[in-house]
Amino acid sequence: MPGAIYAEGLVKTFGDVRALDGVDLDVPEGTVLGLLGPNGAGKTTTVRCLTTLLRPDSGKAVVAGLDVLRQPNEVRRSIGLSGQFAAVDEYLTGRENLVMVGRLYQMRAAAAKARAEELLHQFHLADAADRPAKTYSGGMRRRLDLAAALVVSPPVMFMDEPTTGLDPRNRQQLWEVIKGLVSGGTTLLLTTQYLEEADHLAHDIAVVDHGRVIARGTSDHLKARTGGERVEVVVHEREHITTAAEVLRGFGKGDITVEEHTRRVTVPVTGGAKLLAEIIRELDTRGMEIDDIGLRRPTLDDVFLSLTGHAAERKDEETGEGGDEDASAGDRGRHGSDAGNRKNKKEAAR
Amino acid sequence: MSTVTDAAPVAAPAHPFGQSVRDSLVVARRNLIRMSRIPEMVIFGLIQPIMFVVLFSYVFGGSMQIGGSTSSTDYRNFLMAGIFAQTVTFATAGSGAGIADDMHKGLIDRFRSLPMARGAVLTGRTLADLVQTALTLCVLAAVALLVGWRVGSNGDTNAGKVLAAFGLLLLLGYAFTWIGALIGLSVRTPEAATSGGLVWLFPVTFISNAFVDSGNMTPWLRHIAEWNPFSATVQACRELFANPGRSASDAWPMQHPVWASLIYSVLIILIFRTLAVRKYRSAAA
Repeated sequence: MPGAIYAEGLVKTFGDVRALDGVDLDVPEGTVLGLLGPNGAGKTTTVRCLTTLLRPDSGKAVVAGLDVLRQPNEVRRSIGLSGQFAAVDEYLTGRENLVMVGRLYQMRAAAAKARAEELLHQFHLADAADRPAKTYSGGMRRRLDLAAALVVSPPVMFMDEPTTGLDPRNRQQLWEVIKGLVSGGTTLLLTTQYLEEADHLAHDIAVVDHGRVIARGTSDHLKARTGGERVEVVVHEREHITTAAEVLRGFGKGDITVEEHTRRVTVPVTGGAKLLAEIIRELDTRGMEIDDIGLRRPTLDDVFLSLTGHAAERKDEETGEGGDEDASAGDRGRHGSDAGNRKNKKEAAR
Repeated sequence: MSTVTDAAPVAAPAHPFGQSVRDSLVVARRNLIRMSRIPEMVIFGLIQPIMFVVLFSYVFGGSMQIGGSTSSTDYRNFLMAGIFAQTVTFATAGSGAGIADDMHKGLIDRFRSLPMARGAVLTGRTLADLVQTALTLCVLAAVALLVGWRVGSNGDTNAGKVLAAFGLLLLLGYAFTWIGALIGLSVRTPEAATSGGLVWLFPVTFISNAFVDSGNMTPWLRHIAEWNPFSATVQACRELFANPGRSASDAWPMQHPVWASLIYSVLIILIFRTLAVRKYRSAAA
């Protein structure tokens, strides 16, 4: 039996751009799938197809046991959608927004009001309930948007980049809300550019690039594919970089990576915590002041880079390790610019 | 939280027509609340027609010939039906911009993901615009009375006829907001919807009998003016208000302006509502 969200061979083209190039998904009931990918990878288009907003050119989609193409209105009764841009009416108050959505889910007026009241409390919006949403902070607006998606407690939820643009504190808060939701049994499909977010919230991760799912598994599975742990040292003085590199070379199992501007030295290792202690002792013996040292396991960033050949998001610290990457460097460059073009074209097509 | 096996607490779908009416009213209410929270939009919407009333009455009044008379009183009585009609059609820009704004902000996505009647978002918007148009007409009629406009200036009329004229004006305005809805769904930004909703209205409202006697136009232009749906409503209003300057042309809409106005407006609603709802269903924000 297919899961609460099931897609097979979804294809959607905009002009000559294949935004979806055969997406397959299967999300078991009560689990969270993180759809991870860079801008223009096809995440939003996938969500739009599954939530009846967009008709795929071909393929099959089943949500909550209902055929998305044949029973769109039935599907709409069973899903909640929380968008990338907080889709609430900014001139309506929080309460008015929620009551309106409830009414449009065909709830009776009294029931819609009661449910709005409940959600305003649950999402800590009770104090702001009668203020226009325009006056809300970014975090409050997202919470209101999420509350709107939950008016009928739908069994299946879609969240398109729920925390994009939020500050860390608000992101954390929203994560707690989402976790609470999922522990209640809701099936959730979440798109994100933030690897940390997928890591944090999703049971399973599907990595999307160029309109296809290119990898699928738990966060641990995906990390295991990228392999090894490494030790990272940030020295206090720039002139200590060379010495630190020397020390690490003695303990490491591969090429040293040096980042001059951040004074960061990295080396692949085996042996974990014990080795870390030895390295600290050795650095101490040489009288070096250290700002930071740690044993790093591969992040989803690394996973993404090794799978797609380009980073998922622009970051200050580029991971520059691994010989196998260099082999496909040229290919990677082309890949990256393709993704850029694709996004531009997609936007133009709109 | 419920699981997949729980039934969602959503009422069974009502009769499709009942649901459509109810959903439309929910959306109309939302738009009216919005308008009440942005009063400056309503006020700016009033300033322009008031300015037209004053400017046309005082600048053109006295130099325009209406039915052989250049009296500025006659021109004022002639002019008001034209200004009223032009004002109601300008609501097009407002509804277009509103819908484009909803698309832009992702609200249309929210609505389209809800199990609501398909046409309700647009119907709700056009109904709210209708309320605003009615309000504007009231204020405008008051200003017109102040500058000297009088019904029954050139014949007999009664309250019923005057109300019927305002009814035709509202129907024309409602029809035009559906054109605006289609424009709003077709453009990328609210700004484009505003200008796209306005530019074509100038030729439509000026190549007509609204501000000048169309009988003085070059023949080909006169034909366009006489068959212009907008002219039919203006002519019908002049007839019902018993104001001067009614066209004596043989063209059918000028001879039967009330019927022509009704038919034109209903046709516009049928055509543009169909097109707009179809567009809405496939709208990609």
